[in-house]
Amino acid sequence: MKDIQICVGSSCHLKGSYDIIECTKKAISEYHLEDKVILRATFCLGKCGVAGVSIKVDDEIITGVTVSNFQEVFKKYVLDRI
Amino acid sequence: MNEPTPKFDTRVQELKYKVLKEVAKSMWNDSLQEDLYDIPKTIVPGPKPSMRCCIYKERAIVEERIKVATNNASLSKNIVQVIKIACDECPIGGYQVTNVCRGCIAHRCEKACRKNAIKFDPKTRTASIDKEICVNCGLCAKACSYNAIQNFLRPCQQACKIKALTIDENFAADIDESKCINCGHCVAQCPFGAIMDKSFIGDVINMIKDSDYSKKYKVYAIVAPSISSQFKYATLGQVITAIKRLGFHSVIEAALGADMVAFDEAKELEERGQLTSSCCPAFVQLIKKTYPKIADKISHNPSPMVAAAKYIKSIDPTAKTVFIGPCIAKKSEGLEESVKPFIDSVMTFEELQALIDSRNIVASELEENKLDNASYYGRIFARCGGLSESVAEALKEQGSSFEVKGLQADGIDNCKLALNKFNVGDKTYNFIEGMACTGGCIGGPSCLTHEIRDKNEVDKYGREAAEKTILDAIRIKI
Repeated sequence: MKDIQICVGSSCHLKGSYDIIECTKKAISEYHLEDKVILRATFCLGKCGVAGVSIKVDDEIITGVTVSNFQEVFKKYVLDRI
Repeated sequence: MNEPTPKFDTRVQELKYKVLKEVAKSMWNDSLQEDLYDIPKTIVPGPKPSMRCCIYKERAIVEERIKVATNNASLSKNIVQVIKIACDECPIGGYQVTNVCRGCIAHRCEKACRKNAIKFDPKTRTASIDKEICVNCGLCAKACSYNAIQNFLRPCQQACKIKALTIDENFAADIDESKCINCGHCVAQCPFGAIMDKSFIGDVINMIKDSDYSKKYKVYAIVAPSISSQFKYATLGQVITAIKRLGFHSVIEAALGADMVAFDEAKELEERGQLTSSCCPAFVQLIKKTYPKIADKISHNPSPMVAAAKYIKSIDPTAKTVFIGPCIAKKSEGLEESVKPFIDSVMTFEELQALIDSRNIVASELEENKLDNASYYGRIFARCGGLSESVAEALKEQGSSFEVKGLQADGIDNCKLALNKFNVGDKTYNFIEGMACTGGCIGGPSCLTHEIRDKNEVDKYGREAAEKTILDAIRIKI
């Protein structure tokens, strides 16, 4: 089970958390990962200064996630590790 | 000394702040027991008194203030406490004719009085009031063309609109706790600072210390939207940083909870047809204690504070939550059995200022942090009328054609007038939005200052929110 947490703290929220949540939801359904992934929100991962949204996959924090690099990030940290 | 001196309205508020700050300093250092005897001397250094007859009385009062500031076990259950030795036993005369009375011919006061309590001196022809008969209605005062009749009711009693404040056998103020709704208006009004709200800052400090400054578990601050109008000497973004420096992991808008409440309240209103709001804890207590017949009309929704806390705990089950607002009644709400699982402590803006200064944090010198999760509609809950507007918006966003016929009541007297309508079965309105404080939460008793606040300022802050609709804001619920 992969645990994906997306930061919805104020700073990430302004940088597009909800877009990343939508992308993640879509990817989960596209790859039929409903039983293999938990998607949750989290508050501040402590990387507010970095551009883009912070997410956490299991114990690893990934910063700078945007709509344009989302597929790449999702492949590297989720798809390739399932 | 480079500590900022925050601007309060009065020396009473400043005194309260100084006590809270000293208590907080000792609590951070784990030295409260040792410092208990020194704090009164720090605050009242002497040798000359500045507030009372002598420094010994001043210090004795500070000792009593410390008990309230530390939620001492000897205190009763009520949040609002009278410090008996600080009560100056103000006059309790009620309406009286002053020497401005000219002994006129019209005698409008006599005509206005429905109890025949106005008498005239045959020699001077001036009026007086027979206090045996007078019911203190004030009609004579309104009628007098010279404003010669004045109300000499104590400020605390004038502030208490539910008549929970009485006078004890020693002429000190006394609170009937079965009636008190902990609105805190008497706390803000007493010119001697003899009424004070219990403080839980000790719990907050311990919570932060036990968490090793949010490392072992995270402590979240949930701030009321009225924070936007509180701090004059620093930006909101700097105050958010200051709160984090205290050891809070994150600062979350209670207004986000308000968005969630507005959405659910709209559904409940449509289902049930007639409803009162449940956001203001003093308003809810007013209904339960004074209008029990219509208690079933109270919305079942949690307050925005609780809704925000529930959300935080749903995504972070080990979280601790502290609400920070302008409200004393929230402290009472925080202790309710149904609320306790979600809210770990409640504090006021006054107490926040004391905590920030107890750590020598200078907010105006800090970098800025963001505070943005809620929508315009969640944020305008801070002012009277905002809640009704948000519920109407939520109905619209839900595609409902249900029409909100809202009655907005701010201040306890107006709340009572509005509730009377529901109480007699009046169907003109289907929604009462009740706020115990004048203007809504922006007029709360524990605001840093109490000037009349502009509702437009709240709306301006609302418009700065990134999310424009309620549905946008509650996307946070994945």
